[in-house]
Amino acid sequence: MRWLICGTVPDDAFPLCMGTWKVEGNMLVPENVTVCGEEAFVPSVPVERGTPALAAAAVLALEAMGGEPPSVLLAGDCGSSTGSGRLYAFLSSWLQSPDSADLAGLTFHYLFPSVDGHNRILMALEERGRPVPALIADAGFMYAAKMSGYASRYDVFTPDAGELAFLADEKAPHPFYTRGFLLAGDRDVPELARLAWDHGDSARFLLVKGAVDMVVEEGRVCGRVEDPCLPFMEPVGGTGDLVTGLLTAFASAGVPLKEACLLAAQSARRTGELTNPTPATGIAAFMPFIGGGLAKPC
Amino acid sequence: MLERITGWWKRRGGKAPEAHGVEKGFLVFQHTGEVIQAERRLQAAGFPVEVKGPPPELRTGCDMVVTFPLLMESAVRRVLEGERLSPMAVVPVSGPMLEPVSLFRVKDYGDWFMVQAANVKITVERSSGRIVNVSGGGCPDVPYLASLLVGQDIRGAEEPRVQGHTLCAYALQKAFLEARRLWNNAGGGSSCAG
Repeated sequence: MRWLICGTVPDDAFPLCMGTWKVEGNMLVPENVTVCGEEAFVPSVPVERGTPALAAAAVLALEAMGGEPPSVLLAGDCGSSTGSGRLYAFLSSWLQSPDSADLAGLTFHYLFPSVDGHNRILMALEERGRPVPALIADAGFMYAAKMSGYASRYDVFTPDAGELAFLADEKAPHPFYTRGFLLAGDRDVPELARLAWDHGDSARFLLVKGAVDMVVEEGRVCGRVEDPCLPFMEPVGGTGDLVTGLLTAFASAGVPLKEACLLAAQSARRTGELTNPTPATGIAAFMPFIGGGLAKPC
Repeated sequence: MLERITGWWKRRGGKAPEAHGVEKGFLVFQHTGEVIQAERRLQAAGFPVEVKGPPPELRTGCDMVVTFPLLMESAVRRVLEGERLSPMAVVPVSGPMLEPVSLFRVKDYGDWFMVQAANVKITVERSSGRIVNVSGGGCPDVPYLASLLVGQDIRGAEEPRVQGHTLCAYALQKAFLEARRLWNNAGGGSSCAG
């Protein structure tokens, strides 16, 4: 059973493509990747932040666990939404093809938050005539899922406390227009998580990233991870992507989602501890330590 | 109680009652001429915009507003700036009384400081003014802008609004300007922010 990661690369010339990748040094290197559309060259991608960081973390973690590598569906998009639009259109069609039959789960990441594109994918998933795969959403696609009103169809969202305030604010269309966004802290997580769940704007599980990572099930906090405490991880671009990549790896390996959330939070902190970053460290420096930082399932 | 019923209905599979209707925003201008000019320029630039009557809470300017795709706020503002058009307000259609996040969170990391605006963070080395990290955001232009900004000097780096498209990019623009202001106010490093 395969897991599919969907996201973008910050390069408008990068072709829409799907397949498996390996990590070599600071690069994500295509291994068995097919271009979806006109023939084009698929270049290696630097692991700097965003979906390449998430994918690299998932690839390395599954390699260490001996699991099947994830498939990755990537589009080039520097923010115009054109690449994301191509990905939405391709994925909603592909999900109805026999090629998607063995899909165990999907992780959605940096995509332009289009409610229309989101709804087409969700509809395609629900019309397959098979059980809906596990669904994890982070970043722009999580925003789209909330805005669509169908957040509760998802298994896991991975917000920080500010993004949780966005989920909890029924009227907010984006974190930029969220009441109390920067005032939300770890202490507010239980109340905000309950509000988001009561509005139907939360996934079944939340992995809320912060000084204390909290796992929430149906609006109630059910787990906390606070050690080791590494304040320098917050400014490093890509540490949230690292957490979501690890969550994807554990879920793909068959770990139940609640436990996968806890293990991902623990493993990201352990990886950070081994990396010993400063606020100027790049996320690529974390990658060699992922295997050694993995927490073990019970 | 109503919220709980709404949430229960959504979880049961009922269609979202208000569908969070809304990737759209209102551009509010002082004068009707600005509305017409903004509509024309934005349409020419390829944005799906419409002129409409404002909701009651926005009737402070002229009697028309321009609706636009809210998540492309940064790109829309860039077109308007090129025409020297300055909206009185930009608000979401879903909540015209919602205001953009205006606070900044500044965190002191010793040799570095981090500025957060909404969901985006930028970190600067105090001694040199070098941008060392950009994190957060959810739209695809944040990783792109981060690749342009990291390693640049906060004094001379191109502002995110020049290449950005989305609301996340607009938040990054705010954080960038605040980081630059803090660095300049500290006389080039030493004790800014914190």
